Amino acid sequence: MDLFISQTLNGLVYGALLFLLASGLSLIFGLMGVVNLAHGSFFMLGAFVGLSVAKATGSFWLAMLLAPLPVAAIALAMEVFFLRPLYKREKLDQVLLTFGFSFVFTDLVESFWGKDTFSISEPPSLEDSIEFLGGFFPSYRLAMLGFGLLAALILWLIIDRTRAGAMVRAGVDDSATAMGIGLNVPLLLTTTFTCGAALAGLAGVIAGPILGVYSGVDVEVLIPAFIVIVVGGMGSLKGAFVGSIVIGMADTFGKAYLPETAMFLTYVAMILILLARPGGLFGKV
Amino acid sequence: MTPLPPKDTPTRIPGRRTAGWEVVALGLAVVWPFVASPYGAGLVTEVFIFAIAAMSLDLLMGYGGLVSFGHAAFFGAGAYATVLLTMKLGWSAWAGLGAGLAVSGLVAGVIGYLCVRMAGVAFFMLTLAFAQLLFSAAMKWRWLTGGSDGIGGMARPSLLGLPLADSRTMYFVGLVAFVLSLMALRRVINSPFGHALVGLRENEARMRALGYPASRVKLAAFVIAGVFAGLGGGLYAIYNGFVSPDALTFGLSGTFLLMVVLGGAGSLMGPAIGAGIFLLMKQFVSAHTDHWLLIVGLIFIACVMFFRGGVHGLIERLRTGGRA
Repeated sequence: MDLFISQTLNGLVYGALLFLLASGLSLIFGLMGVVNLAHGSFFMLGAFVGLSVAKATGSFWLAMLLAPLPVAAIALAMEVFFLRPLYKREKLDQVLLTFGFSFVFTDLVESFWGKDTFSISEPPSLEDSIEFLGGFFPSYRLAMLGFGLLAALILWLIIDRTRAGAMVRAGVDDSATAMGIGLNVPLLLTTTFTCGAALAGLAGVIAGPILGVYSGVDVEVLIPAFIVIVVGGMGSLKGAFVGSIVIGMADTFGKAYLPETAMFLTYVAMILILLARPGGLFGKV
Repeated sequence: MTPLPPKDTPTRIPGRRTAGWEVVALGLAVVWPFVASPYGAGLVTEVFIFAIAAMSLDLLMGYGGLVSFGHAAFFGAGAYATVLLTMKLGWSAWAGLGAGLAVSGLVAGVIGYLCVRMAGVAFFMLTLAFAQLLFSAAMKWRWLTGGSDGIGGMARPSLLGLPLADSRTMYFVGLVAFVLSLMALRRVINSPFGHALVGLRENEARMRALGYPASRVKLAAFVIAGVFAGLGGGLYAIYNGFVSPDALTFGLSGTFLLMVVLGGAGSLMGPAIGAGIFLLMKQFVSAHTDHWLLIVGLIFIACVMFFRGGVHGLIERLRTGGRA
């Protein structure tokens, strides 16, 4: 297959993965004004729990289904017992708190699973490559792209078309007014935080066969996810989607065509977009 | 950050004067290398070096309200510049260190120029992203930086005929650098510039209305902080004779943040004490358990939730009987 087409697909796949992380990060930021530095840890926890489930049951699908649950439970406890008491404080305190948690989670993962790099095997049904646009492409990667698009669709339907989604949008726009007209904003925050964490955990399992599962993967994925939401505009689902594709593409094409300077490409993309539009592509400012 | 003072009293900026206990501490610090083992002297030398970096972050964070999540960028820039100039161009380590300060100031100027116009969250994410950029550059450009192995083999230089290979000489270089940095940063904070910086933290709109060039003041603070962080990094490179991408990691930026939070932001001496507590505790804990990260995380969480003023705040509260 033409290098260009295969890189385009790879870029989209990486973008899909980034979207699973960045969407939660962005909504949490939009609602709480807090950048969750433990979001990468949720990804990592999901990946490790998925690894254990897949080993124990031999089923990738079961791992995908079950791994987000404990991650969500941990996030729920973290939000209710630690973040909630700090709502009235400066936002920085909450950011620092999530930073502290990222250390705790790393230690947790290293004491349970060690410091080795593992890999989750892809499901047998998706091991082959399929013919696509006149070339062969690993079917698991195509499935990843499918997961990403499906997640985007579901999230968009929820946020744009349901009552709960309207509440989230109201909270993002102006949480004080939302509270004033009787919305239970703290409940909204807890729910969003928990769902975002579950999504990150899911992303960890899905990325397992490709990125590998190791302590340190949290920072590895957190930084690009940050760049995505800075580029896309914080608090915007559309921004997270477009930003994921832009950064996924910039990174993949950079690595393929300019390996020496690839790492700069995503940063350059970010800096240029920020200089032109300080609030990001779809940000409020 | 520090709470707003009552309206009509002038802002008292903490950490601006030399306190009596600091003189006593300095006396003890001078005696220390003569009673401690070379190992003990080395440990405290590291404390001085990290304290310089922590204080430089405090200038941004505690006084300017500019929370940089990528402070390791300047520390690492200073360290790399010192080692590269010494090892590759054959400069003396001191010339390398001096140039290292210029390099880290320059790096801070470029990063700061792009970051200071961003508010709040975008600011700290940008600082983080730039630090990560330098980290990946250090990892990838093997021909220059040696990649993940780093560059080693730098011998400690001499100063005024005294070799730094002697742990006592190295110790006093660290001590003098620390004291001079503390005095210099205090001067900065006490200057009209320092007051403008604090004013911007408290009310940027008002300061702009009064005619202060907000971005330029912040950028200057950024460069000053970068130079001092670079000094810490350069000294660290001289101390170790070695530099690796570890000097640029997200973890190290986090370590600096923790030192500031632990010691109490906005007090200069607080973060220096924070650096001391952190390194001594690390030494002790690592000898007994593998769960150092867990303990770091828990201390971080506890400080944020219950001891927001850090050690400095705690001392102030005890001293003033709970009023501060």
